[in-house]
Amino acid sequence: MDLNLKVWRQAGPDAVGRFEIYPMHDVSEDMSFLELFDVLNEQLETRGEEPVAFDHDCREGICGSCAMMIDGRAHGPERGTATCQLHLRKLTDRETITVEPWRAAGFPIIKDLAVDRSALDRIVEAGGYITAPTGAARDANEILVAKQASDAAMDAAACIGCGACVAACPNGAGQLFTAAKYSHLSLLPQGQPERFTRVVSMVEEMERWFGSCTNHGECEAACPKEISVNFIAMLNRDYVKAQFKNPALSGQRH
Amino acid sequence: MAISLDAGIPSGSIERKWDDYKFSVKLVNPANKRKFNVIVVGSGLAGASAAATLAELGYRVTMLTFHDSPRRAHSIAAQGGINAAKNYQNDGDSVQRLFYDTVKGGDYRAREANVYRLAQVSVNIIDQCVAQGVPFAREYGGLLDNRSFGGAQVSRTFYARGQTGQQLLLGAYQALARQVRLGNVELHNRTEMLDLVVKDGLACGVVARHLVTGAVRSFSGHAVVLATGGYGNVFFLSTNAKASNVTAAWRAHKRGALMANPCYTQIHPTCIPASDDFQSKLTLMSESLRNDGRIWVPTTPNDVRSPDQIPESERDYYLERRYPAFGNLVPRDVASRAAKREVDSGHGVGPIQNGVYLDFGSAVDRLGREVIEERYGNLFQMYERITGEDPYKKPMRIYPAVHYTMGGLWVDYNLMSNVPGLYVLGEANFSDHGANRLGASALMQGLADGYFVLPATIGAHLAPLLGTEPVPIDDPVFRDAEANVDAQVHRLLSVKGTKTVDHFHRELGKIMWDHCGMARSAESLDEALTSIPALRDEFWSDVRVLGENESFNQSLERAGRVADFLEFGELLVRDARHREESCGGHFRVEHQTEEGEALRNDDDFAYVGAWEWTGEGNTPELHKESLTFDNVALAQRSYK
Repeated sequence: MDLNLKVWRQAGPDAVGRFEIYPMHDVSEDMSFLELFDVLNEQLETRGEEPVAFDHDCREGICGSCAMMIDGRAHGPERGTATCQLHLRKLTDRETITVEPWRAAGFPIIKDLAVDRSALDRIVEAGGYITAPTGAARDANEILVAKQASDAAMDAAACIGCGACVAACPNGAGQLFTAAKYSHLSLLPQGQPERFTRVVSMVEEMERWFGSCTNHGECEAACPKEISVNFIAMLNRDYVKAQFKNPALSGQRH
Repeated sequence: MAISLDAGIPSGSIERKWDDYKFSVKLVNPANKRKFNVIVVGSGLAGASAAATLAELGYRVTMLTFHDSPRRAHSIAAQGGINAAKNYQNDGDSVQRLFYDTVKGGDYRAREANVYRLAQVSVNIIDQCVAQGVPFAREYGGLLDNRSFGGAQVSRTFYARGQTGQQLLLGAYQALARQVRLGNVELHNRTEMLDLVVKDGLACGVVARHLVTGAVRSFSGHAVVLATGGYGNVFFLSTNAKASNVTAAWRAHKRGALMANPCYTQIHPTCIPASDDFQSKLTLMSESLRNDGRIWVPTTPNDVRSPDQIPESERDYYLERRYPAFGNLVPRDVASRAAKREVDSGHGVGPIQNGVYLDFGSAVDRLGREVIEERYGNLFQMYERITGEDPYKKPMRIYPAVHYTMGGLWVDYNLMSNVPGLYVLGEANFSDHGANRLGASALMQGLADGYFVLPATIGAHLAPLLGTEPVPIDDPVFRDAEANVDAQVHRLLSVKGTKTVDHFHRELGKIMWDHCGMARSAESLDEALTSIPALRDEFWSDVRVLGENESFNQSLERAGRVADFLEFGELLVRDARHREESCGGHFRVEHQTEEGEALRNDDDFAYVGAWEWTGEGNTPELHKESLTFDNVALAQRSYK
């Protein structure tokens, strides 16, 4: 198949960017979207032009490195699919494909299609963990977790931290990422002692970097792991609850 | 150089070695721990768990990762699970059995004492991970679930859907993130180690390049820990992530660290076959699929019928036929060679007849689609995306691909290399898997090394250093290493040839796979020993790396890694050439049984082959650590 790639080129964080159009001839439908960029970059380098910078690594949809806005949609048109797992057979109806970096104030551009997503690390550092220093754990089967609770935690934990939710959001909000990490930990019995301090610190850190959520739901549609916006509801509920909770009293049952 | 390879294995019975050792090792008191700075390179399971645990203990830790976030390390892609001798299934498992299975699975080329310790701490890993909130699969009663993996007849594998590596890495990453916030870990992302610094025989730091700005910078510490993964990408096509490389380990090797058993490479039997020349990597389909999937090929060669048109009587379930006791769950090396045999003899399936079927038809009939979907849903989805075929309707096509490397930098019982102060963890070291790793054991080893082994053993090196300051980074040893890194970067940029970095990587991969892949012969290896240096010369005269150092230059990053693979690949082949036996993942066609199984030579090769760098253009020197087996009887492996 033949197609045109219209790609955002930007030499550095402060440089002026522009679109370049690259005609691609005779590419196979079985090629993945990143392999298309490999081919493009080989051609550019052979011509003596600098290749397009883009983040990628595992190419199995799990590391969360790849991040391309494809025809205005984070990770492209296929539902539940990261850029690296998108194959050209799903794009045969197009003549020109526009590719841009994640566009969000919280993700400054590094070069071309690569952006800085360190803000996501800062949110985890703020409270996205269970305090359990190595060595102190009791036998694993002493903690019973209902299968349904464990499955729900796993649904949230599947987040790959790619940032598509932020990129898809008209407000550049980080709610789905934050809610996924928060819910994973707070649905489990092990996560209860820190639950309400966790929600406050994670939400406050998130607000330092990202815009506000206005319940568009674009994030869920863009998420390559199809993480549900219901987790945002859980985050919001616990954030409100936390305002009324005194952790010093959390040992009291009634 | 006179190097004595003393593994420092504690005396006493194998059951007591680790406990006795922990009691005898020097401790650093809590107040003094903050006086030591430890540099950890790599943020996968081994690196992240080590950095977090050392910081929890009170050490000051500097973490370097070339990723944009520690969470992206390739441990994240491990699918199937993690082994532990919990015996929760009451099926006869024990530390002794996990130890035995691992030594046997490794074809008797691993160090007994290390493997026993691994089996011992395996149970603590599961406890630790559950405490951190890793959402392992559970039964309805709330207890943990298990499944089986190749090379074992018990169910000891813990898993989190098909994303076990991801969940374990996130657990370690979160523990690390907590320490970053507490100020105990200084995190440097997008920072790639390019040299090891050694002063007066002690490892004292590293030199690294910031991948966005190109700035070259030194880091100094009382100890350096490499947890930089395996070298499978020397084959270009592998299941490793695109950025996985040998550079950190190789540069340490060139500073004196010995590289052990590089020829032990694992070819994983269940990957999606390559489809075309533009293929950039291969994708693994978890070994756990072999719990319920049955592997077969048509009995008639060159049978191009669609699989649903081939009746039962014309299907050869060759693993079940040849290995009735283990069936589809034979170890990886055995399953891979069996698949190669079928494809080589014309029984391959798929458009270019380069695969075998992995069929879930009978499992779906027996258990229902829902159960299969719950167990393997995400894997089936991944397969469908890549191939455009629905594995619920049509059997998967699979073929072996390079997946894991058992070889690596030589370490002693303390996980310290022969360069004092340099520790090597996880896949980057050579230690626990012998010549073949069992499924679900990589995650176990990475976390054992990082959570439990290194934090206990590092005191032996640090305690005597109390009161000493790290070597200042303006010391000539650091200045020299920085100049060395600068020179290499500028050498790459100044070739200004005509061929891309990927071109050379692909060519190297072809040589490695064709001459040193699943089957190796003296002839094929000798050929590779001629063609690799020739390709390396061509690289240095004709590679084209555009752009400059002072920018985010991904071609430059790759060029440095490929340059190292071009040197390392030759050593791998040399190791394979010298080892005149077949064992585990190393299969020499000259050494096989009448039935085509690997034939070891215990009299001459029951040793670890550790190679010493002797300078550019010189033949490396081989050192041997002989292996003794006091607790497991050496035997021809049988899975029949």
